[in-house]
Amino acid sequence: MAEDKVQLLGYWGSPFALRVKWALKLKGIQYEYLEEDLPNKSPMLLELNPVLKKVPVLVHNGKPLAESLVIIEYIDETWTHNPLMPKDPYDRAKARFWAKFADEKCVPATMSSFTKSGEEKEKAEKEARENFKTLESALEGKPFFGGEGIGFLDIAIGWLGIWARLVEEIAEVTLIADDYMPVLSKWFKDFLELPTIKEALPPRDKLLVHNKGFREMLMGGST
Amino acid sequence: MSKEKVVLLDCWVSPFCMRVKIALLEKGVEYENREEDLFGGKSELLLKSNPVYGKVPVLLHNAKAICESTIIVGYVDETWPSPPLLPPCAYGKAQARFWADFIDKKVFEAGTGIWRSKGEEQEVAKNEFIGSLKELEMALGEKAFFGGDSFGFVDIILIGAASWFYAYEKFGEFKIEDHCRRLSAWLKRCMKRESVAKVLPEPEKVYEFVIQLRKMHGIE
Repeated sequence: MAEDKVQLLGYWGSPFALRVKWALKLKGIQYEYLEEDLPNKSPMLLELNPVLKKVPVLVHNGKPLAESLVIIEYIDETWTHNPLMPKDPYDRAKARFWAKFADEKCVPATMSSFTKSGEEKEKAEKEARENFKTLESALEGKPFFGGEGIGFLDIAIGWLGIWARLVEEIAEVTLIADDYMPVLSKWFKDFLELPTIKEALPPRDKLLVHNKGFREMLMGGST
Repeated sequence: MSKEKVVLLDCWVSPFCMRVKIALLEKGVEYENREEDLFGGKSELLLKSNPVYGKVPVLLHNAKAICESTIIVGYVDETWPSPPLLPPCAYGKAQARFWADFIDKKVFEAGTGIWRSKGEEQEVAKNEFIGSLKELEMALGEKAFFGGDSFGFVDIILIGAASWFYAYEKFGEFKIEDHCRRLSAWLKRCMKRESVAKVLPEPEKVYEFVIQLRKMHGIE
């Protein structure tokens, strides 16, 4: 069989590129990583993802794919060893549902608690906490969302364990309240300690500085 | 084998519910349709089956609840594989999922902007909406349907949304066919399909509904 050529266009600080890296690592896929110098998007990125112009983009034998969760499912369907998605259609629907919930509910509320102030900030913080609490129920008593081992949903939402904690530190809010959601809190810790997962993490101190700057920019220079 | 019990919690005007109904019809799946009165008060079954969002559509299959229309269509495709809605290869599937995601994020947001706002805000929404349709038109290319020769996943995801296009055109005072000739042709092509013709309500009825919605939101 001809050698597969896999490239990943990413950004060191992007959690969406990170979750694709995790999928590639878990499958043991050899790939070439190309760092984008955001916001100076390369002509290659603009050519490969003309619709959304965003990272990550996976290029497999010259064919580009965009949107991290779509990419992860593609990786899982193309390299079928160590399956990430469950087999049963109902379990697959549930995994997709919770990944969407995390992206569409937990993330915006977390972002709002990060960039807003006063009453709006408090409201966003509460909403984010409740959304994380709702996510906890999806574990259904298992150690990981994938069951005994990690799967699609774990890598889809595990990054929040880093980024939400950064938001907590920088914006002085509580999102993943350990006593309110001990099971989810433990899952975040266990997931991020797994060697394959931990090895791919960007340096925390660099992320902290980067996100502090990002917050200042979004809040218009005032903290 | 005992008959499978398939129930859809539905609302006639919801583009999201339309997607699921079309998918079930395309697959020849028999199901019970239960209309929710979203303004009169949501049923206990709906609130119990979709505790996270409390929204339609919800597909109940042998008492298991599946929520979120694009996810439900995927579930229907995987559970009743014939005829397939997604392409057979992983790359084709990924392309379809990308465009479904694009429709869910871009088309609805801009479309909602058209009926929910006035003046400059509405103009911006209108331009974004037309822009998103142009992107979709490019993806369609010269093909009859998004998947190629057969009506499939992306067509279903978009045609549900298209039930509100007439209302957007009326509020925004524009015609899609003036901007997207090929997509307009695709719309007409889809309307000829039995499943689509059966499921999509009369455009005037949707328009009247959106007029009521606007009033409820205190616009005009």
